[in-house]
Amino acid sequence: MLATIFKDIGALTAISGLLAVVLVLAERIFNNYGQCKININGKRDIEVKGGNNLLASLSDKQIYLPSACGGRGSCGACKCKVLEGGGPLLPTEKPFLSKAELAAGVRLSCQIKVKSDIAVEIPDSIFNIRRFDATIAEIIDYTHDTKGITFVLEPGESIDFKAGQYVQLLTEPYAKVRQRVSRAYSISSKPEDKDRLQLIIRLVPEGICTTWVHQYLKVGDKVSFTGPYGDFYLRDTDADILFVAGGSGKAPIKSILEHLEVVGTQRKMTYFFGARTLKDLYLTEEMRALEKVFPDFHYEPVLSQPAPDDNWSGKTGYVMRHFPDVIRDPQNTEAYLCGSPGMIDAVIKALTGLGVAKDKIYYDSFG
Amino acid sequence: MDISAFLLFWAAVFTSNILLTNFLGMCSYLSVSKEVESSLGLGVAVTFVLVFTTALNWLAHHYILVPLNIVYLEYIVFIIVIAAFVQLLELIVERYAPALYYTLGIFLPLITVNCAIFGVSLFMVIRNYNFLQSIAFGAGSGLGWLLAILMLAGIRAKLKEKLIPAGLQGVGISLIVTGIMALAFVGFSGVAPIQ
Repeated sequence: MLATIFKDIGALTAISGLLAVVLVLAERIFNNYGQCKININGKRDIEVKGGNNLLASLSDKQIYLPSACGGRGSCGACKCKVLEGGGPLLPTEKPFLSKAELAAGVRLSCQIKVKSDIAVEIPDSIFNIRRFDATIAEIIDYTHDTKGITFVLEPGESIDFKAGQYVQLLTEPYAKVRQRVSRAYSISSKPEDKDRLQLIIRLVPEGICTTWVHQYLKVGDKVSFTGPYGDFYLRDTDADILFVAGGSGKAPIKSILEHLEVVGTQRKMTYFFGARTLKDLYLTEEMRALEKVFPDFHYEPVLSQPAPDDNWSGKTGYVMRHFPDVIRDPQNTEAYLCGSPGMIDAVIKALTGLGVAKDKIYYDSFG
Repeated sequence: MDISAFLLFWAAVFTSNILLTNFLGMCSYLSVSKEVESSLGLGVAVTFVLVFTTALNWLAHHYILVPLNIVYLEYIVFIIVIAAFVQLLELIVERYAPALYYTLGIFLPLITVNCAIFGVSLFMVIRNYNFLQSIAFGAGSGLGWLLAILMLAGIRAKLKEKLIPAGLQGVGISLIVTGIMALAFVGFSGVAPIQ
């Protein structure tokens, strides 16, 4: 009986093993495209081993295109222009590319295999993206579920970013969570502080990264992140500015305002911050102080469900209700929105209804 | 079983169409039949894979499973043979026929989980076909499947312009069409019974 079992298991193992060996050999022989050159922006060549996808080949050489899904072709973030050697467009890429992008030769780098020499165009800002190691210098409790965490980079390191951009924090395994994940958080400190940055992180129930940050990280701990990413930043115009944020969406706006405090501005600015009750408001004193710094800046916290003992005398309801009071010149207004996808959609609808141009509404959706 | 390989081939295409009489391989049949072009690609790929996997599985059955007395493991062995073959094929096609890879190759991963492929291997064993019969049966089943998905894709292309009740759009109407096609194919039965 035992002998039969061993024989059968042995036979099955041998068959699977044989097929596995055949596949490994085939992979070596057929998927071996030798050394390929990736030409970047017509300036420099990097040598990679062919057979991998473009996204992975580039990140092996410390060039990190943004990717939220890790190369599975489901987020569409890893777009880049391929000038030569990309092969025909794949059905897996099509849904993510607009007509203009198709015409310009934009491709999804995770779907293209590097099989020959290939020429790509990568925006200069991508080269800025790196991995940073940092130490936690300060943890502030802003509200019952929101913390501000300051990271100091390794001595001699510095980070260049635009106010409003974000970084991807990389978690370490903790408690029962074995896997490492990366999550995006907007930088809340000003870009002039190049040796440190602050993130504002709100606890998400069951969230792998936020639980780690809230319950396991202490001052002095070492962490890593990559960045900076994102095209949510202040446009350099004279238009009136409407900032709208909710929850931890305060982070990039704080960065933008603190940056403006350094460089100075004459623009008319209004900042609506939506929250449910008084205990969800934070940094109110700091924002009030900024009202005195700028010639024309108003901070308007709005509570949607103030508790009876909040004794709230300020604005209530949803933020959109109060837009008509402050938008005097919709043609000449830029809006910067940051918060949950639901809030962003509702605010965009309200703004376009008031006559603000869609291409002047910039947003960072915390999905 | 005493039936000529030639007859078996035609029987597998028409009278015992693997899709329309056994309803095997439905998932990719329903999901890829939106366009005639891609259903043709998938059908050709299925046919190709069927011919080779029936041959490989026939050899595996008669020269490995039977002598070692482990026929009860055939489900596992057949599946890994199919998966390995498809993977190998994908690598080779991608390397040596890039044009073909972009038209057919992208469908190959879909085929690993196509139950028609596995079903044909099982039928071949149950009905005791010899090597030549098995290959004919595999090729016929593949062509039959190709025929069925091409017909559905053609009909669906026409249906795009028709008014269909909201609840039946997509998969609903496709299943009804498939049922009617299956009824039509019943007309062939008796011409060459193979089971």
